Amino acid sequence: MNFVVPDFYPAAAEIFVAVMALVIMLASTFARSIARSLSYFLTQATLVAAAFITIYTMQGEVVHTFSNLFISDLMGAFLKLMIYFSTAIALLYGRGYLADRKIDKPEYYLLALLMTLGMMVMVTANHMLPMYIGLEMMSLALYTMVAFDRDSARSTEAAMKYFVLGALASGLLLYGMSMVYGATGTLEFSAIAQAIYNQSANQTVLMFGLVFLVAGICFKLGVVPFHMWVPDVYQGAPTAVTLVIATAPKLAAFAMAVRLLIWALFDIAEEWQVMLMLVAGASIVLGNLAAIAQQNIKRMLAYSGISHMGFMLLGLLAGVVEGDRHFALNAYSSAMFYAVSYVIMSLASFGMIILLSRAGFEAENIDDFKGLNKRSPWYALMMLFVMFSMAGVPFFIGFFAKLSVLQAVVAAGYFWLAVLAVVMSVIGAFYYLRVVKLMYFDEPVDESPIHAPAEVRVMLSANGLAIAALGLAPQMLMSVCAYALLGSL
Amino acid sequence: MTDIPLLSLAIWVPILGGLLVLATGSDRNAPLARMLAFAVAVAGFVVTIPLYTGFDTTTSAMQFVELTSWVPRFNINYHLGVDGLSVLFVILNAFITILVVMAGWQVIQDKVAQYMAAFLIMSGLMNGIFSALDGVLFYVFFEASLIPLYLVIGIWGGANRVYAAIKFFLYTLLGSLLMLIALLYLFMQSGGSFSILDWHQLPLPIEPQVLIFLAFLIAFGVKVPMWPVHTWLPDAHVEAPTGGSVVLAAIGLKLGAYGFLRFSLPIVPDAAQQLAPLVITLSLIAVVYIGFVALVQADMKKLVAYSSISHMGFVTLGFFIFNPLGVEGALVQMISHGFVSGAMFLCIGVLYDRMHSRQIADYGGVVNTMPKFAAFFMLFAMANSGLPATSGFVGEFMVVLGAVQFNFWIGFVAATTLILGAAYSLWMYKRVVFGKVANKHVAELEDINGREFAFLAILALCVLAMGLYPFPFTEVMHASVNELLRHVAVSKL
Repeated sequence: MNFVVPDFYPAAAEIFVAVMALVIMLASTFARSIARSLSYFLTQATLVAAAFITIYTMQGEVVHTFSNLFISDLMGAFLKLMIYFSTAIALLYGRGYLADRKIDKPEYYLLALLMTLGMMVMVTANHMLPMYIGLEMMSLALYTMVAFDRDSARSTEAAMKYFVLGALASGLLLYGMSMVYGATGTLEFSAIAQAIYNQSANQTVLMFGLVFLVAGICFKLGVVPFHMWVPDVYQGAPTAVTLVIATAPKLAAFAMAVRLLIWALFDIAEEWQVMLMLVAGASIVLGNLAAIAQQNIKRMLAYSGISHMGFMLLGLLAGVVEGDRHFALNAYSSAMFYAVSYVIMSLASFGMIILLSRAGFEAENIDDFKGLNKRSPWYALMMLFVMFSMAGVPFFIGFFAKLSVLQAVVAAGYFWLAVLAVVMSVIGAFYYLRVVKLMYFDEPVDESPIHAPAEVRVMLSANGLAIAALGLAPQMLMSVCAYALLGSL
Repeated sequence: MTDIPLLSLAIWVPILGGLLVLATGSDRNAPLARMLAFAVAVAGFVVTIPLYTGFDTTTSAMQFVELTSWVPRFNINYHLGVDGLSVLFVILNAFITILVVMAGWQVIQDKVAQYMAAFLIMSGLMNGIFSALDGVLFYVFFEASLIPLYLVIGIWGGANRVYAAIKFFLYTLLGSLLMLIALLYLFMQSGGSFSILDWHQLPLPIEPQVLIFLAFLIAFGVKVPMWPVHTWLPDAHVEAPTGGSVVLAAIGLKLGAYGFLRFSLPIVPDAAQQLAPLVITLSLIAVVYIGFVALVQADMKKLVAYSSISHMGFVTLGFFIFNPLGVEGALVQMISHGFVSGAMFLCIGVLYDRMHSRQIADYGGVVNTMPKFAAFFMLFAMANSGLPATSGFVGEFMVVLGAVQFNFWIGFVAATTLILGAAYSLWMYKRVVFGKVANKHVAELEDINGREFAFLAILALCVLAMGLYPFPFTEVMHASVNELLRHVAVSKL
């Protein structure tokens, strides 16, 4: 047996991040006195450098390495860039918040970096095993981050809940993977697709496996009926961590859905499309209805996130119509555009909560936004952008996100689904409007001026303006999404 | 033809100017914000004047067309143009904006910059609605224009403003989202085009035509508003500040009616013909029933709000009897209603600023203390009831004539509006203005100042000019209306 040295070049970014994680761990152990800022800045620098490495090693064509376990393609590269980007911004927003609560330990940034690494592995997996390893790496880091405020009973409870349900979901996913393996005799995505195409797979076992895989994916996306953890974890976790959970992992879960469902199981697309249809419809209905009743803004955004992920699934389920794959690229790139747009909006919305919080005060009730227009017209305007964008009102990016997935659904002929989605958007608009109402129509209960580090102010303003700017000129992001998927389909 | 992108200027001058006003910030700079807003409003109006002077009345084709690609991924274009159906509304809108800025000059003391900016941005967005020739561009302006009005009602409105603002927003949003699905369906059927002009030529079977028509009916019907989805309007009007009411009545309601002309009739003509009886029935109910509802209102703003619904019923009636008199009459009625309802709300605003009451019962004998105001108010109340020589008469008379041509009894029922309109307008006028001075507050009233005199006089001139010599208005729309009716008469099946 001769050992083949794999080509490390396509995986340079992953290797770099892994090495840097170890460097940061060592550095923060030896340089105790400056460990906090050191690990923060090193983490940010690592993310930036990883972005450059990813751009530099990006190749037009699809490259496999590590015996086909690893794949390097444009979709992976684009999603990795978005993951670095959103993690870096989330850490930037969260730093002051953590410092105010004395939980800005160096390990926090280390965990965030490991989580990023896990997501990178997920995004670039071409095989069930690295997919699972990446998923676990991301999840374990996240469980720990949720529990990071260890004196808070609520955080600990949320972490426990997240861990138990997450472990269950991992179990479901593994079980599904094992069945797919049983049916097709392989764990590699392209080989699975080949086996199904040759009709050499046992259909019954394959279907059972599919159900479990879909359940696992849905858990990670946080959609109905696997959404139970979302509101509790969002509420219980420190807001800085909620911000992390609500952004980059959604992109990783999207990548997981694309790799598993579209790459490996495309030939049985019509089977999983039906499942996703139910899941998406239920998420949009439940997410929007439940969000109305919330008084806690983190919970409200959690439910709104459930409905947004349902909307994202609308794009994924509209790819194949009666065996016609004509719409696939259009539909999947719409879903990807939606996921990216949601991450940008989500960053800004939780960023606003962090902005309003300060030492000893959590701005987590919707009422804490009362009279923001009096306290700070500029940030009220930014939050206005975010809320209207999430409601899908133009000229904001959320409108084009909704337009593109609805367009895919209508093109696939699912009119009832499109009507359901828009009726629920109207109901959803109510709770976004309520936040705008509190900011603009009510008097402030808390007159204290907003103080936040300069970099948070600048970044949050840029984030809000980006939501408007991308709504005025969405073309570039849309074509990047389509182009990234084009090479991979 | 000039190369200046006039329509883009009409849209973006107010919007960018509005952002500039917003940048003046706190109320310390209020005088600056007011002056700047006024300058922007005037500039916004000035750029629309060449639209009228340079308009070619002999053609029904789109004029001042601008076409640039916006989102090539979905073939969405920044496609603007006006024809005889829309050009007057762009000008009217820019004109009303000046009056709104003037009307809010002294009354609004809180967050002046935001108030002025909201109206300027809204004005630009509404110009966008009237000149968009791309389905998504239309939709984007249509939806985005909700945001400023939502804020205006909610921030500067009356006691129950939050309810009214949210109701206003959600009603309109539901309608427009259904329209979005219709637009996406048309996009798919036309092989990937969002151009409204392409859709005009697109053949469609009757079933989808009916569904598309119903989607449009809900979207535009809510906006008009037609009975029975009108209930948001009285709430919004009552709670909105004067400027908000003026814009809503003068321009906001026209958006829905304009939508019928631009979308429903030409895109799905067969469904429009087939479902015309439904729309005519709803319109007649609005004319008669809402006319009676207006009669019993105790709140002046509510009364004018209901009278607006009744007048807009006339407009939709005029559209769906498919003859040139009806459609042109309806268009004239829309312009005239823009002046008259705007003037009525400004008059009520003048009273409200002094007495802080809109209840008819709190007034009486105003003529004794405010004679100049009473004269203007008289003229506008007359115009609201459709008195000959005012603009209100021209449109109503044309629609009634058209309706009689179409079917005598429809014309007969529609004509009752002339009686009902006179009844509610003049009865209110009598109770508010005539008689003895009712209480000491009325006795202390001061007559209108120069600023108020200015905007009421301008409107009075418009109302009279249009009533005495409507030709400059009808001339512009003539070619386009004929072309529209020719188009509607040809089946697309």
